[in-house]
Amino acid sequence: MADPYPYLPDDSIVSVQRGPEPGGIKGVYRAFGETLRGLKTTMARVAEGPVTIEYPEEKTPVYPRFRGRHKLHRFEDTGLEKCVGCSLCAAACPADCIRVVAAENDPDDRVSAGERYAAVYEINLARCIFCGYCEVACPFDAITMGHEYEMADYNRNDLIFTKEMLLAEPILKVPLRNEGE
Amino acid sequence: MIFSEVGYFEPWWMQLAKSLVIFLVVFNLVPFVLLGERKGLGRFQHRYGPNRVGAFGLLQPMADIGKLIFKEQFRPRGANGWLFAIAPVISMMCAAATVAIIPFSDTVDIFGTKTGLYGLDPSIGILYAFAFGGIAFYGLMLGGWASVSKYSFLGAMRAAAQLISYEVAQGLSIVGVVMMVGSLSLVDIVNWQGEHIAFFIPQFFGFIIFMIAGFAETNRPPFDLPEADAELVAGYNTEYGGMRFGSYFMAEYMEMVVVSGIAAAMFLGGWHGPGPDWLGPIWMLAKIMILICFFIWVRATLPRLRYDQLMSLGWKVLLPLATLNVLVTAVLVVVW
Repeated sequence: MADPYPYLPDDSIVSVQRGPEPGGIKGVYRAFGETLRGLKTTMARVAEGPVTIEYPEEKTPVYPRFRGRHKLHRFEDTGLEKCVGCSLCAAACPADCIRVVAAENDPDDRVSAGERYAAVYEINLARCIFCGYCEVACPFDAITMGHEYEMADYNRNDLIFTKEMLLAEPILKVPLRNEGE
Repeated sequence: MIFSEVGYFEPWWMQLAKSLVIFLVVFNLVPFVLLGERKGLGRFQHRYGPNRVGAFGLLQPMADIGKLIFKEQFRPRGANGWLFAIAPVISMMCAAATVAIIPFSDTVDIFGTKTGLYGLDPSIGILYAFAFGGIAFYGLMLGGWASVSKYSFLGAMRAAAQLISYEVAQGLSIVGVVMMVGSLSLVDIVNWQGEHIAFFIPQFFGFIIFMIAGFAETNRPPFDLPEADAELVAGYNTEYGGMRFGSYFMAEYMEMVVVSGIAAAMFLGGWHGPGPDWLGPIWMLAKIMILICFFIWVRATLPRLRYDQLMSLGWKVLLPLATLNVLVTAVLVVVW
């Protein structure tokens, strides 16, 4: 008769390690003790109290480098827009969510500091992946990533942010935490 | 043929009023237990539990029940319609009927009418609860069978097997108490405890076995095998939705109140406690609430047993222990 396990040399067979057998008075005693230990463990969790952050009222502070909704910037002294409509952000965008239409500045009524300005600057936040490449690509630091992250809306069209919306100060301040905190 | 002496002594209008009050109390206790369980489980898991609907989330059960009532009633094609509809009713009715024997106080004077603060005090007493506990499983079994689903059917089979495994041990666990008192009536049992000592001290093992079997009887974790959601979707109520599911759910919680009530009356001294006599019903309610909190605590602690473990616990551990308890008690009662 052939060896039923030709591929198993004898010394490779190891005995299975099993837990203590249930049953018997000792087993009952052990199970009872372990149950009490479990009950003690869960009660200790009650004593520790909840760790929940009740979100809409309480918010977790974000780090300064958190990449939230974009902001467009103006020069603080002159109030002119930093964006010159170069479309480098749109070129860098992997999700293709930025649309820039540039126009010539009127010397008497300047919009931006450069020769040209962005007549249309739209970010479709339904497409944006918040990678921050636009911020990196911008030669004038005109666009940066802000800290706002509550942008849910009922309508996709409402997620297209125009230049005015991106230039405006955010309505709600997002709580910040320090680096390393 | 008379199976049981019920011994009504109240006028008919007081009996009607009592039955109304019992239904009101129990049906109002269930939402509280529901909320208590959800909030309690939350605390056990480092969270708050529901706290949005109403002040402190107090209206959450109302919102849940409202949702269930307005959901569509559906049933699987091929289901036995009549049984499918009647099964949750059986569960609910049996749970509600058992509440009748939970005594909240002895006979008191209400506007000059002698009234027992319990639904009825039959001479078979605690056996009444066991009878209805047995019928309640028909609700589970018929529901599982009538919905022609393999998961429901498996859940129903488990419910049946669990019932016979644990009813025996539970029945034996109270024999010690009954022998010491010499009566099956819950009122007599509580009165005995008032004169002597609460039964959980002399009948400690009986109490433990009764509670473990009670967990199995109410299908609560760690014995919620009939509705083991990991392997059976939801067991016997897989195919149920809307308020039919709600009835099963309410029946489970009502059973919890019932088992707690019977345990409080039989082992924890019922309405006896420090303070004046009129505190009796409050003591009883407090004891029921403590036991319900214990149910929730255990649910938060223990994982579900494997099926063979459940069976071997029932037959190999609880049954011998309960029998031993009965034997020792019998010897002591005779010798003393």
